Amino acid sequence: MDPMQAIRETFFQECEEQLGELETGLLSMQEGAADDETVNAVFRAVHSIKGGAGAFKLDRLVKFAHVFETTLDKIRTGQLAPAPALMKTMLRAADVLADLVAVSRDGGAFDDNRSNELIAELSGHSGAPQAEPQASEEMPEANPFAALGWEPVTLEIGPELKEYVIGFRPKPELYAKGNETTRLMRELSRLGSLSVHCEIADVPLLANLEPEQSYLSWRATLRSDQDLATVQAVFEFVDGDCHLDIEAVDSTHLPELPALEIAPEVEAEESAPDPVAEAKVAASATPEPPKTVASAPETRAPREPAKAEAGGAGAAAQNTIRVDLDRVDRLINLVGELVINQAMLTQRVLEAGAVKNASISTGLEDLEHLTRDIQESVMAIRAQPVRPLFQRMSRIVREIADATGKNVRLKTEGEGAEVDRTVIERLADPLTHMIRNAVDHGLERPEARIAAGKPPQGEVRLSAAHRSGRVVIEIADDGRGIDRSKVKAIAIKKGLIPADALLSDVEIDNLLFLPGFSTAETVSNISGRGVGMDVVKRSIQALGGRISITTRVGHGSTFSLSLPLTLAVLDGMVVKVADQTLVVPLNAILETMKPKSGEVYGLGPDSQVIGIRGGFTPLIDVGYELGFRAHRADPMSGVTLLIETEGGMRSALMVDAIQDQRQVVIKSLEANYGHVDGIAAATILGDGRIALILDTDAVVHRSSGRSASSEMLLAG
Amino acid sequence: MVEIESRANAGAREYITFRIGSQYYCIDIMSVREIRGWTPATRLPRAPGYVRGVINLRGVVLPIIDLADRLGFTPTEPTARHVIIVAQTGKQVVGLLVDAVSDIIDMAADKVQPTPDVGSEAARAFVVGVMAIEDRMISLIALESLMPAQVGEAA
Repeated sequence: MDPMQAIRETFFQECEEQLGELETGLLSMQEGAADDETVNAVFRAVHSIKGGAGAFKLDRLVKFAHVFETTLDKIRTGQLAPAPALMKTMLRAADVLADLVAVSRDGGAFDDNRSNELIAELSGHSGAPQAEPQASEEMPEANPFAALGWEPVTLEIGPELKEYVIGFRPKPELYAKGNETTRLMRELSRLGSLSVHCEIADVPLLANLEPEQSYLSWRATLRSDQDLATVQAVFEFVDGDCHLDIEAVDSTHLPELPALEIAPEVEAEESAPDPVAEAKVAASATPEPPKTVASAPETRAPREPAKAEAGGAGAAAQNTIRVDLDRVDRLINLVGELVINQAMLTQRVLEAGAVKNASISTGLEDLEHLTRDIQESVMAIRAQPVRPLFQRMSRIVREIADATGKNVRLKTEGEGAEVDRTVIERLADPLTHMIRNAVDHGLERPEARIAAGKPPQGEVRLSAAHRSGRVVIEIADDGRGIDRSKVKAIAIKKGLIPADALLSDVEIDNLLFLPGFSTAETVSNISGRGVGMDVVKRSIQALGGRISITTRVGHGSTFSLSLPLTLAVLDGMVVKVADQTLVVPLNAILETMKPKSGEVYGLGPDSQVIGIRGGFTPLIDVGYELGFRAHRADPMSGVTLLIETEGGMRSALMVDAIQDQRQVVIKSLEANYGHVDGIAAATILGDGRIALILDTDAVVHRSSGRSASSEMLLAG
Repeated sequence: MVEIESRANAGAREYITFRIGSQYYCIDIMSVREIRGWTPATRLPRAPGYVRGVINLRGVVLPIIDLADRLGFTPTEPTARHVIIVAQTGKQVVGLLVDAVSDIIDMAADKVQPTPDVGSEAARAFVVGVMAIEDRMISLIALESLMPAQVGEAA
């Protein structure tokens, strides 16, 4: 890849992270947590995006980010209060910023009016208080002296020339990011007169020299009328990538008046109980002129907290690495092999009858534990928290709430729950759809809510939690709940169910997942665009997940998604069919049963149904269907698995025997062969042989005569 | 020197030969990954008869083609003495079930003659050329045409 392209990609990846930070920060500010740390994090996010965008000449992005940043800076310095109205604007600005990033990355049209509108709005917020004198910055400096009753003259640093001694020692990261000392020094020299001295004492002998290490450091003396913050601003972009130590030395006053150095220190410690006593103690100690003085302006400088933060961020950056996904996948494959091999080894040792040897069996057990541990750790690499996904949803909620005129609050829980990256990626669309539904169909308008005795603000709760090896994601609203009689009426009207159908509450709720069902009486442009819950259900099923609804009329509905943590392994039931071993995905199986005589009926020349609790379900002989045997087996001789297919239809699959229930590693059949109808993928069992994983939907489709092109390809 | 030059020009290649019944066949050795003993394969539903199924080759799902069956002979009754030639064709890896591997031969490309026009459809479809060595005729097999057509397209 073109190196520039690679850098660009990294920039956009980082943008995504920054946008996430930004949104989280803004949301917690909206909740009232406007502490320095949060505000700084938000500011940094916008600032980094602006910096990067500048490097790639993304002017629109820079322009917008700049206005955004200016407003944030006002909040940061306390000139603007994070009032609710302002926060709302900020959140919208974050959305626009995200869109601008997306447009800059993928190309495409962007409505400049949107950004201009917000630029105007942001300037409106930040412009008004700007007129006030910048009192807040001056105040803390002046106040303590007044309180202490000291002569202000002694500490007046004034607008005259100040001398700064700057110690600058770049870390290797600074060079790695393409920064350069020369440029920084040139920048410094613009502020005043500068003399620079390069320290070469640390440069090792050539034999010991590491080319990518940083050995040089610089000591610069700057005489300038600028304040410390301006000098520090020069190093803004290398913050955290260098050891920087800027000392302001007042060359005219300091040497003669050493005792006065105590003053700034006392002033810095705002809570000092007795300044006079403190001063005495300090005065009796041997003073170190430049250091004590330096500490004072630095504490006052607004950049200080940011600097500490940046240090933290630097540390965090060192704790993570970006790894090519292919490499991770290769590792996961290899570990899959390891698991299979370990199972094979165990089986062979058992067959060889060596189990009596205690040390061998202990060794095997240890190996098994180790392989499981390795597998789990490797899977954890691909796992990512659902947080970014949830963050995207808060935006969806905002947009829909605006469009529908509803007052909605999104509450998220368990954002830290980790799921496989692919699952997260493929969850975005269904989740968006369900969130839209919850706001559009689930929640009532404010008037209706008040009439029902509920607070006018509706709540959508999005939560994630790990539950017995799966992740459960719930989308709950406190709206009106599902009107079952209406659902049933619509289903009958659309011919989805017969008019005289007797359905349980759960069955009625599940009608929502039927293709062609939409409860919205008028098709809005938000939900009900023909993309129904059936699509949602299918995408969840394609991920090996299940979806269910619980609803209480007047109290709201909850959609629960139960998803596997990874797509590399699958929980399956190992069954025997006509001497072949097959694996049936566990998520498809509702129950297993042994048919009794008199429960199976013929229907037409070539079909059978089985009576289950009063209803009739098609009975499919898997062995016959897959061509493993020429004639149907006696249903009484086997076991049936009641399964649910897409569209909520039920079928009974007949197999010869159930052998085991276990987790299997998914292997692609397509890579070396091709797609086999009725088979989702392959796996390798403990005896080293390949077992095929059944695509239950395709088998049912095929049996019912429709041509099946199932989307349930587990491995590509 | 002269000989090396002429060999280079002619593009000498090595072929791995094996017997099916009484006839000799060969494939380009560059496409052979390994040769291994027969292990029972897992049947694939509705696959053509010559696809014996799939086996586990160190974690890779490897389809096995019964070459005798594919070329129109009686299907092989595989025993532990039968061998699988693991060969690469395009991006896919396939296993060819044969009776036994007999030899590795060196043959200049210009010694490979076009397939004589015979009636057998299988011979025309899968044999890209023939060569004579000592008193034998060896047919060169085109690997890419061995896989079932619709599968090749699907993959």
